[in-house]
Amino acid sequence: MNRRIRIAVIEMDRDRARLIADGLRAAGHTEITILPDDTSLARRLGELNPDIVLIDVENPSRDMLEELALASGPLERPVAMFVGRSDGATTRAAIEAGLSAYVVDGLREERFQPIIDVAIARFHMVARIRDELETTRAALAERKTIDQAKGLIMKARGLPEEEAYALLRKTAMDQGRKVAEVARALIIASDLLR
Amino acid sequence: MRLRRVQCGFIPLADCAPLVVAREFGFAAGEGIDLVLGREPSWSALRDRMALGHYDVAHMLSPVPVAMSMGLGGLHRRIDALMVLSVNGNVIGTSPAIAARMRANGATETARAETIGRALIAAADGRLRIGVPFPFSMHAELLYYWLNALGLAAPRDLVIRAVPPQRMAEAMALGEIDAFCVGEPWGSIAVERGVAELVLPGCAIWRFAPEKVLAARHEWVETQPETVAALMRALWRAARWLADETNRAIASEILARPGYVDVPAEILERALTRRLAFTQTGALRDVPGLLEFFAGAATFPWHSQAVWIASRLAQRAGSDPAEAARIARQCFRADLYRANLAPIGADIPLDCEKPEGELAAPRAIRSSRGHLTLGPDAFFDHRVFDPADQI
Repeated sequence: MNRRIRIAVIEMDRDRARLIADGLRAAGHTEITILPDDTSLARRLGELNPDIVLIDVENPSRDMLEELALASGPLERPVAMFVGRSDGATTRAAIEAGLSAYVVDGLREERFQPIIDVAIARFHMVARIRDELETTRAALAERKTIDQAKGLIMKARGLPEEEAYALLRKTAMDQGRKVAEVARALIIASDLLR
Repeated sequence: MRLRRVQCGFIPLADCAPLVVAREFGFAAGEGIDLVLGREPSWSALRDRMALGHYDVAHMLSPVPVAMSMGLGGLHRRIDALMVLSVNGNVIGTSPAIAARMRANGATETARAETIGRALIAAADGRLRIGVPFPFSMHAELLYYWLNALGLAAPRDLVIRAVPPQRMAEAMALGEIDAFCVGEPWGSIAVERGVAELVLPGCAIWRFAPEKVLAARHEWVETQPETVAALMRALWRAARWLADETNRAIASEILARPGYVDVPAEILERALTRRLAFTQTGALRDVPGLLEFFAGAATFPWHSQAVWIASRLAQRAGSDPAEAARIARQCFRADLYRANLAPIGADIPLDCEKPEGELAAPRAIRSSRGHLTLGPDAFFDHRVFDPADQI
């Protein structure tokens, strides 16, 4: 079979989906369909009849895909779960990257292996970006809390900003706690005393 | 004493109770086991992680070890069921609109499973579509059994589709499925939200159906006999603790925690105390047999139960029933149950098999200590399954 391989990527988040699809396109694959992961999924997969389905390992919709692996399922060609067909190393790499892949029975390994490799790399990238985003968000939230606490101290004790911050930091060090924790406690206390 | 670590995956359901109880109430620690519980978002993920060795053991749907050992589904591995973790526990529900139509067709509160089945068939527009959490499940088997007996053939008249329980309500609202079969607390959650009404508990189809088992890779079981023995003893004690009605309320409090099922204790308590609200405004009704962990030799992995599952799977897959029965008997480890639990005084059936569906009332059976009584286990159509026929 020499026609292009049809790849379905199941992903609700558009940025994630785009990242994965871009990686696959850069590797020369053009038959890529991004499917939202809602209840129409089974029907749309049946219509699309892809050779490979990529989905996040944590997605509960994976259970809907299990039917693809049944010979008597709605699709004509049974789709095998990737884990059952390939060697242990690639399988583990996929799961570590958070990727679950379903490959149609009969597709030769040299045809799907490169796609899985690209997908693994992209899933890792997505995971890194998501972690960075989470760290940034947490850091921003912490900054806001500390700023708010600083403001409270400045107002209550008539101190300039740097001294207010120094006071927060000293209190944190004396108590063996993080500055953000002390700031949060101060905000809660001040709410109670208002 | 250094504890032996055992990694165990589970899905957040009322019937993961024996595992949680074994950890939280010291039954595992008492056997020298550090039972580490890992919550998974799907049956696929749990199955894969167990097959790959990330988990040593898993909370698993009873047909899955049989199916995997038979080579059905995407992953062919020899998986053993060490013991049964729970019996029954599923409920069948539908949208309030369809439930109303069913009532008009005779599906009253006291109606039998056959009447309710006919009412459901009549209330659906054409082909009946029902959602289950996973293709290999007692949910699917009960539905096939029930509706096949009432004359529906799949896929012509009946489609059983895997839908994640969190999506069942949405799928019904969009008209993609007509009804669902799920494990508690999902049924009660849907009722509380006003998006569904319950029409039948699964135990009305088969009064004593093995629902979840303790599954493990066969190679792991064979190379870790002491750990397996200790773990089985711990879980047997946890199940016995759960048999005490006064412990059920405490269990719901623990299960309700964010790290476990993460659902209000009051909802979980329904399944654990066998009292369900079938409608949003309805009173709680007693449902005898709704969910069982210990009584009536519930934890014993009967070969006949495995053979029943395998024969149903083989029938639909077109595989050799005799070979399926052989694999099933190897899969349910009654041998390990005897070896590991007799020393702590468990009362164990002398036989590995029994006719399934024979008992309309409790019956005393031959057991190692002579005190075992089996509870009713009838099928709704009163047929009896004899595993000896499958050889």
